[in-house]
Amino acid sequence: MKAHPWMANSGGSAKEEMLAALGVNSVEALFAQIPEDHLMERPLELPPQLASEVALSRHLDDMLGKNTVFPTGACFRGAGAWPHYVPAICDEVVGRYEWQTSVFGSPASDHGRNQAWFEFTSQIGALVEMDFVGLPVYSWGCAIGHAVRMASRMTGRRKVIIPEIMDPERRMVLETYCEPVEMARHIEIVPVKVGADGAMDRDDLRAKVDGAAALYFETPGYLGVIDPDPGALCAIAREAGAEAIVGVDPLSLGLLEAPGAYGATLAVGPTQPLGVHMYAGGGVGGFIASPDDERYAREYNTLNVSISETRVKGEHGFGLALFHQSSYGMRDEGKDWTGNSVYLWALANAAYMSAMGPEGFAEIGRLIMARSRAAAQALDGLEGVSVDLSRPVFKEFVATFNRPVAQVNASLRAAGLLGGKDLTGEPGIEGHAALFCVTEAHTEDDIDRLVAAVKEAVA
Amino acid sequence: MGNFACVFHGESARFHHANKSTNERDQGQVARLGLIINPVAGLGGAMARKGSDEADIGARAAAEGRVSQAPMRAARALSAFRESCDAEVLAGPVLPDTGTVTPVGPDVLQGTAEDTKACVRAMAGQVDLILFAGGDGTARDICAANDTGIPILGIPSGVKMHSGVFARSPERAGRMTAAFLSDTRQRTEMVEILDLDEAARRAGRLSARLYTVARTPLDLAGARQNPKAGNTDPVGEMDAALAAYVAGMREDTLYVLGPGATMKALKDRLGGGSLLGVDVAEGGLVTGTDLDERALMARVAGRRVRIVLTVVGGQGFVLGRGNQQISPAVLRAAGMPPIDVICGAEKLAGLNPQELTIDTGDVALDGTLAGYWPVITGPGRRQVMRVVA
Amino acid sequence: MTAPIKDYLKRSNGYRAAKWSEPVVMEMTGSGRRGVVFEDAPAPDLPGKAARKTAPALPEITEHDALRHYLHLSQMTLGMMGISLFGTCTMKYNPRIGERASLDHLKGLHPLQEAETLQGVLEMYDKFSDFLCEVSGMDQFVFQAGGGADAAYTHACVTRAYHASRGELQQRDQIITTIQTHPCSPATANTAGFEVITLSLEENGYPSLEQLKSVVGPRTAALMVNNPDDMGIYNPDIKEWVRIVHEAGGLCFYDHANFNGVMTRLRARELGFDACMYMLHKTFGAPKGGGGPAVGAYGCAEHLVPFLPGPVVVKQGDGYALDTDRPQSIGRVREFMGNAPQVLKAYAWARAMGAEGLREAADISVLANNYMDKRLGEVKGVSRSNPGIDVPRMEMTRHSVEQVAQDTGCSIFDISMRMTDFGIDALWLSHEPFLVAEPFTPEAGELWSKEDIDYWIDVLEHVIGEAYSDPEIVKTAPHNAPIHQLTSALDEPGVWATTWRAYARKHLKSMAAE
Repeated sequence: MKAHPWMANSGGSAKEEMLAALGVNSVEALFAQIPEDHLMERPLELPPQLASEVALSRHLDDMLGKNTVFPTGACFRGAGAWPHYVPAICDEVVGRYEWQTSVFGSPASDHGRNQAWFEFTSQIGALVEMDFVGLPVYSWGCAIGHAVRMASRMTGRRKVIIPEIMDPERRMVLETYCEPVEMARHIEIVPVKVGADGAMDRDDLRAKVDGAAALYFETPGYLGVIDPDPGALCAIAREAGAEAIVGVDPLSLGLLEAPGAYGATLAVGPTQPLGVHMYAGGGVGGFIASPDDERYAREYNTLNVSISETRVKGEHGFGLALFHQSSYGMRDEGKDWTGNSVYLWALANAAYMSAMGPEGFAEIGRLIMARSRAAAQALDGLEGVSVDLSRPVFKEFVATFNRPVAQVNASLRAAGLLGGKDLTGEPGIEGHAALFCVTEAHTEDDIDRLVAAVKEAVA
Repeated sequence: MGNFACVFHGESARFHHANKSTNERDQGQVARLGLIINPVAGLGGAMARKGSDEADIGARAAAEGRVSQAPMRAARALSAFRESCDAEVLAGPVLPDTGTVTPVGPDVLQGTAEDTKACVRAMAGQVDLILFAGGDGTARDICAANDTGIPILGIPSGVKMHSGVFARSPERAGRMTAAFLSDTRQRTEMVEILDLDEAARRAGRLSARLYTVARTPLDLAGARQNPKAGNTDPVGEMDAALAAYVAGMREDTLYVLGPGATMKALKDRLGGGSLLGVDVAEGGLVTGTDLDERALMARVAGRRVRIVLTVVGGQGFVLGRGNQQISPAVLRAAGMPPIDVICGAEKLAGLNPQELTIDTGDVALDGTLAGYWPVITGPGRRQVMRVVA
Repeated sequence: MTAPIKDYLKRSNGYRAAKWSEPVVMEMTGSGRRGVVFEDAPAPDLPGKAARKTAPALPEITEHDALRHYLHLSQMTLGMMGISLFGTCTMKYNPRIGERASLDHLKGLHPLQEAETLQGVLEMYDKFSDFLCEVSGMDQFVFQAGGGADAAYTHACVTRAYHASRGELQQRDQIITTIQTHPCSPATANTAGFEVITLSLEENGYPSLEQLKSVVGPRTAALMVNNPDDMGIYNPDIKEWVRIVHEAGGLCFYDHANFNGVMTRLRARELGFDACMYMLHKTFGAPKGGGGPAVGAYGCAEHLVPFLPGPVVVKQGDGYALDTDRPQSIGRVREFMGNAPQVLKAYAWARAMGAEGLREAADISVLANNYMDKRLGEVKGVSRSNPGIDVPRMEMTRHSVEQVAQDTGCSIFDISMRMTDFGIDALWLSHEPFLVAEPFTPEAGELWSKEDIDYWIDVLEHVIGEAYSDPEIVKTAPHNAPIHQLTSALDEPGVWATTWRAYARKHLKSMAAE
């Protein structure tokens, strides 16, 4: 066959040379271990080879060209993946072939990537004001799942309290991690009421928190609502001997108090807002942070990178910490698994946070709040649309329509806009409601376009 | 939880329940090594004996013109040690063939175990580690005199080496020693010291006894940067395995608990028991310690019984070495009860060949017991091992 | 490095890793500089105690500084810029076309867009599912799992749902695996709540049928196993294994971690397996990114399809739709449908290879491994696992330098570190616990040229020579890397610092005190 550009030994004489060195005539002889009756009976029937990059590129363009791409500023949907602006340097940094192709290497030979990882965890630590941060996990939902399981192992309890209003994607992931009721280690998920103000009902929480391994809540919550006193919720959990796990949007942390400052014992959140595109869901990632206390540190299932001294005085390196952990406590369960995660995205996150700096986070927070507030007010001003403006929200808010959301969104799509996520039928939701997302990527003109299109849709 | 006191040889030595511990040494403190060379170690083997423990073995070997390999093997270890460590070495009762050392111990040798013991006593408070050239007998003699619990490491030079204190070669022993002394955090683990039961041997039966446990340097090759290796934590896994085992124990069952450091940790979760003996537990508590065969017979009669054992020593024995009290008669009296073996995956991986051994002395019984046993290696984890008689 | 010069000394002469004295980015602060600015907006009125009191302690650098800093760090990452034969990871070319296409076509797509607006993505998922179904004999693939371990976890969850649907979940609480199966199978099975029974190797290099039979029974939920293993040994009894487990009512899962050598020759379904998994970042050429984003493509036969995590792409008329009405589904193992860019990159790789390319890659990887075996067998002090088994190995083999370590005191860790001084990516050793002492496990695959492979072996031979003549240079390696060997005890609570905050508290304060 023709030499393939991705297989060095597929052309020329290399195969013959290796066969000759082995003293065999044909490659088939090397498959002697596989019994005859295990082998496929017929050749594979696959689409034709596209070894030519021209042909392959064209095929990909033709196929993927069938998507409808909503440009920056035209996408008003969040709920787990958000249309934020990704600085150009982030794409350049993650595009580097050196670390795209690295697998793990050694602390010295892959020093640069390990340092960048440490800078990811350090900057997350600065945002949430916690001293121990692991490398990221697959997603925010997975971070919640692992954090709840950590709490269950630490406390020996099998119950987690969550708000009844929670992103259904994240909740489904948590349900998977909590195991079905038939399993011996099933963790019961107990929802707590959310009040009209959008905050968790303190009385209902107090009534249910006894015996819980953890309380999990988010601020801003699934529907964008900022809790006025998250520290009080954490205190209720801690008084009951439960871990206080708080989910936060890292982009809110220039404005909103750090969970480490108000008594959260574990912080989790998404990493996609920090310089990663949505990629149809491929951009998601999650972080886990806690105090730097053995009780927590030894329960992490993540890879943990620590700064280290080297043989040369004054030189720094970065290596795995707590890899071979020694025992802690009376737990009778192993930790969860560790595997590939989203470590490449951690590099985009690191570059993003370093360019943002403290003032960038404050500025983007103010801008997101101003833009989302402006959009909410403008939509609420429309006949047939209402938004509860009494609830302080960050980035996302609920709009209720006089007709099915699908109809509104179809009309928006015709105007080139991606409308909010349809919430109709979700717990705690009344009527035809949609979750809209407005970020720093939206200009005032974009918001005007949205409002005009919605006006048309509900008329 | 975490530590328990283990009393042996009149001294209370504290060690971590899961066997590992760390002794922080001050930066300024100078490390010193003790080197014990048993001049008769290894002679018994060449003379077709099962050890060199008889008092006159040296004289008889000399008469036959045999020379112990121990001083030469000690010199090899010392040479590897000197490649990276210049610490002072106190040596006795005889000196290595080459290398600079400071002699310790008696001026006049008696040619018996007393020479070794005298050297160990002389090293108390003086050295950070005792490296010794010898076999199981030498290890036992050292432990008998090692009242202060100095960590020990064996240079393989004996006839019998069932104990877990031996490095794989003299050079490895030397390098491990250098690494241990150079590390300000001297990390150790507890291992079992076994020796052949001489009385049983003379009766024609090979039988090892678990004599004690000792600290030995933790092989730090395990502390590595190998994320694809899987991040299991051997100590935590065992700890959690024991917790899970205790959680699953039944009220109506009498548990017969074998000897060994792992079993001691289990017994401690049940109120405390013996390190070297066979104990029984019921209702979540140890209710009999260090029971002999007769006492066991009495306790198991008419009861629902489970036997709990660990792998003793480096040769994969689960039954018949170090726990002979759990005899064929006891097993039959208990109605051939189920046997649970608890042992870390790391220790199983070190077995060569990959199998466990039983030797109850009853060939027919051994044949019945042989087969595949699922060994508890962690919480919710078992590894199947072939068990041979 | 890339030129095929056969004399390794000439080739390696002058190799030095890039070295930039980059401070930790957290040190670059206090300057008031900005890397990104946004339009001004008024300070919002925040409720109660919600407002942050102290600004986060983050760097203050310009955009140029941020870019330079991270490009310097990328340059101090060897990865595959040298030669990486990292076993079980199947180091492949990661074609740049996939990178470009995902930026061109995927970056702005929202995962919750209506199916009508995601037709290209759904078509890609469907076509690649069809492709992998043909390769494996399965009936449906899903791509939600964020890595190989996550796909193993998916299987454990599907196993739960399958047995629950038959009312047998409480009874079937054990999953059987082997000591040579990737640790993610036992770990994820444990996380999913099962007891794991691990089988040990016997004389032939795999567990015997008798051993398997000793544990299979009414408690068996599933078998999770790979074949061949990463010592290059193929278990010829595998069909019988599957039959025995099925007879007892358990499911059989084929972890295709080591697929490169058997692709186009074996189909998991034809061997009887109910489900299998491919790591798209291994066998199918998507980048590893130092540990993801990755995809564990999970495929199963018809009887398990109802339990798959959703949503699942289905054909509808001329286009595609998402099936969300799946009452028996396990729900989600992760949010959304999967790492679309990785699926795209793997799909692009697979299409560029085609059936003939896959066959060629399998042939070359097994040939190259046996060639390595032969040459490594001639290197002083190197031995091979299962020395008594003389059949050719599959696409990788486990070797050992125990003799070298015995003779010189240089361990495989030392040798691996020293090899990085010649531009060789650190070796893959073995999963733990080590069944072979001082192990290393190279996998040549189909990417690397014979000259690359020869150079790799030449370097190993050279370093082993150094171990005998000048062990110090090996033990203190690396010498050409951006930094030197780490010395801190990173599993000690007083020492580790996984953030700059922890470092400042534990170490900077004590340094200042001195």
